Amino acid sequence: MNKPFAITLDIGTSLVNKTGTWRTERPVYVDRLPPCNNACPAGENIQQWLFHAEEGNYEAAWREIMKNNPLPAVMGRVCYHPCEDCCNRAKLDSAVGIHAVERFLGDLAIAQGWNVKAEKPSTGKRVLVVGAGPSGLACAYHLALLGHSVTVHEAGPAPGGMMRFGIPKYRLPREVLDAEVKRIADLGVTFCYNRKVEDLDALMKAERYDAVFLAVGAHLAKRAYIPAGDASKIMDALQLLRGVEAGEQPMLGRRVLVYGGGNTAMDVARSAKRLGAAEAIVVYRRTREKMPAHDFEVQEAMDEGVMFKWLTTITAEKDGEFTVEKMRLDEKGKPQPTGEFETMKADSCVLALGQDVDMSFLKQVKGLTVTDGVVEVGPDMMTGCKGVFAGGDMVPAERTVTVAVGHGKKAARYIDGYLRGATYQAPPKHEVASFDLLNTWYYSDAPATVQPALDAARRTESFDEVVGGLDQSNALFEARRCLSCGNCFECDNCFGVCPDNAVIKLGPGKRFKFNYDYCKGCGMCSTECPCGAIRMEPENI
Amino acid sequence: MTSPLPIKFYQTGTFTVGNRLLDVSVRSVQSDSQRNNSLNSGHRACQGCGEALGARYALDAAMRAVNGRLVVANATGCLEVFSTPYPESSWRVAWLHSLFANAAAVGTGMAAAMKVKGRTDVRVIAQGGDGGTVDIGFACLSGMFERNDDVLYICYDNEAYMNTGVQRSSATPAGARTATTPAVGEAPGNVMNQGKNVPLIAMAHFIPYVATASVADLRDLETKVDKAMRVHGARYLHVHVPCPLGWGCDTGDTIKVARLAAESGLYPIFEAEYGEITGRRMIRKRVPVDEYLKLQSRFSHLFKTTEGRARVAQIQAIADRNIARFGLVPEGAPA
Repeated sequence: MNKPFAITLDIGTSLVNKTGTWRTERPVYVDRLPPCNNACPAGENIQQWLFHAEEGNYEAAWREIMKNNPLPAVMGRVCYHPCEDCCNRAKLDSAVGIHAVERFLGDLAIAQGWNVKAEKPSTGKRVLVVGAGPSGLACAYHLALLGHSVTVHEAGPAPGGMMRFGIPKYRLPREVLDAEVKRIADLGVTFCYNRKVEDLDALMKAERYDAVFLAVGAHLAKRAYIPAGDASKIMDALQLLRGVEAGEQPMLGRRVLVYGGGNTAMDVARSAKRLGAAEAIVVYRRTREKMPAHDFEVQEAMDEGVMFKWLTTITAEKDGEFTVEKMRLDEKGKPQPTGEFETMKADSCVLALGQDVDMSFLKQVKGLTVTDGVVEVGPDMMTGCKGVFAGGDMVPAERTVTVAVGHGKKAARYIDGYLRGATYQAPPKHEVASFDLLNTWYYSDAPATVQPALDAARRTESFDEVVGGLDQSNALFEARRCLSCGNCFECDNCFGVCPDNAVIKLGPGKRFKFNYDYCKGCGMCSTECPCGAIRMEPENI
Repeated sequence: MTSPLPIKFYQTGTFTVGNRLLDVSVRSVQSDSQRNNSLNSGHRACQGCGEALGARYALDAAMRAVNGRLVVANATGCLEVFSTPYPESSWRVAWLHSLFANAAAVGTGMAAAMKVKGRTDVRVIAQGGDGGTVDIGFACLSGMFERNDDVLYICYDNEAYMNTGVQRSSATPAGARTATTPAVGEAPGNVMNQGKNVPLIAMAHFIPYVATASVADLRDLETKVDKAMRVHGARYLHVHVPCPLGWGCDTGDTIKVARLAAESGLYPIFEAEYGEITGRRMIRKRVPVDEYLKLQSRFSHLFKTTEGRARVAQIQAIADRNIARFGLVPEGAPA
């Protein structure tokens, strides 16, 4: 009975009362797949690198990109950013400018001279990569990181493939491309230019390769038969773009027709304006809605004064007069001829009708299957021939730089498994973090930082880069617009709003855990989690 | 390279409890893993209790402001009952319960005792629910204000007598169903009046500081507690704390409901010094009162009849009046 004055009863703490027994549902921390990551053809962990960038830790952010994509400065410029098309922030104000931040990080890395080192010890295995386009470069990079010895054979005089000979300079300055390729070469990858592979079997035996990755791209322009006069100026898009890359000044004349509706057609029309054409007219057989070109490229072309003639095909040419036929869309959206003709005067016509894969050397590779002009591969990117993998434009897929880079990475992982006598197992995917799982109240209001675009009148005169970059201040701003959909970003909301102190804060980078001894299962943490990283699950009662 | 402009954008700013991008010195008390946890685990409040949360928010902030030198008097009510069933206590502050009606008077006594003993470092808080404040303890509270005693009185307003089974108090809002204002007859639910607005009555005593706050806005609440603890004399803080049991809302929606009360204008958040309003929390995303009312079964009868809809319109008029009166949306903003 040794109690303070006026105290007669023993006291105890309420911690003896384990209120966790009241619970019928329990909160569980989950990681969901952000829509941006889910959409990225290169498999980047976009949210994670934005997380580093939000803190201003740009080097960590860049290294996170480099885990999946060796070309951030290139990709930040030329990728069609499917990540932004499905960004949940678009439903709030506008999508996070992911490509702009990626480009900023890529440019910063080049300026700062950041580099990567091989992660694994040398395996002594030799891999041949055929083609130094985005897919071949990505595959070579990842194989080098995994400790393999890689040689790249490229038919052209310089690396980059379509990035160099298809994409104009105003979208991708060549010094950016060269800097990122050099980083791959610095990893120990050997590049051989002007080396077109003719006999794959013989080469593999002669130089003792253990595996090969084919990424020769699609460089043969599709043609349309247009009866034309002797003096006609009809050329194909790749011929033109390759010529421009080599420094030629093709004589296109005042008025140029561009036949086709894809991204290449946009590149050609915009290049034509830069080469001095007063009028560049895109002739396409369907409507704008049906055009395969990406909307922002069509918009940029329109801003630069490129004209469009929809629902039209070119049927013949004579003395600078092109006969065109009007089309109409049937119920299925397919263009049908109407029999109504008219003529258009033009000095030249560029065909941008798509490209085919050059299959000549592949014919002798045993077991290889070609369907609809492309090489068939399994889910592991291996062709029908053992040890021969393929990716990029030469396999069935959407033909973009990003898809190609994704193929290169994926193939590298399976090739690594193949060389080590095992099979690479891709980790399972989490469920996608959809917009309805977020509590958007908690995010500050902020519009997107618009990249400063060069004045439209100025840019059509030169091949200077059209879209400007972010600087340190607005890149940080843009990164911080990320909602971190589906993954904890340590906002402390669950820790704060629990009326029962049943959330334990583990410290920076370590997130939180629930104290199920006291959690009553009210669900407030789950409702108030901004990013949808807490799920309520029924208890087994 | 030019030096980067200072960034004033922090992803979630101060909307979330914590924020790793903010400097540690400007983070909330609740985001600190070393916070006091003045009301500890194991208390017997219902799931999703707004009052338990509000009390921890307020007392943790006060404990930090006065460096742990705090004594608390508590009125009878849910807060007292669920925190101290003999022999357990959830309090990690010096805490005393006397009667239902006299928390303000006990606080006055504590402040006087500290003064006599020369303990100028020890500060006093008296607290209670809306029953113990706006009804039963009102005389003691008014006296404490009138004498300008050095006490911060905190009312956790859950708008009825929840502990005894949801009976109406004079803080119960218009149209709400309670055990004593059932949703039957010609005028179902609570009478359609303006109720008793104790923050405005407190202001009429011309005391140094009066404020309203909500569990939906932690940073605002912590700032007001901190401010209140830095001045002497009688101070009053009114905290809106939803009660899932009495209001008939989902236990996980406590903060959401409180947020909608503020964003609809039904619960104006403001502060006043010496009888003059000096600050208000602006509405960020204005919503019609329906969004607030529909989450709570105590208002569900209003949405079943034409007469009920007319009452919803009257409740909307109350919200609109608050918004105009306290200036809760910027001038020229769309209604």
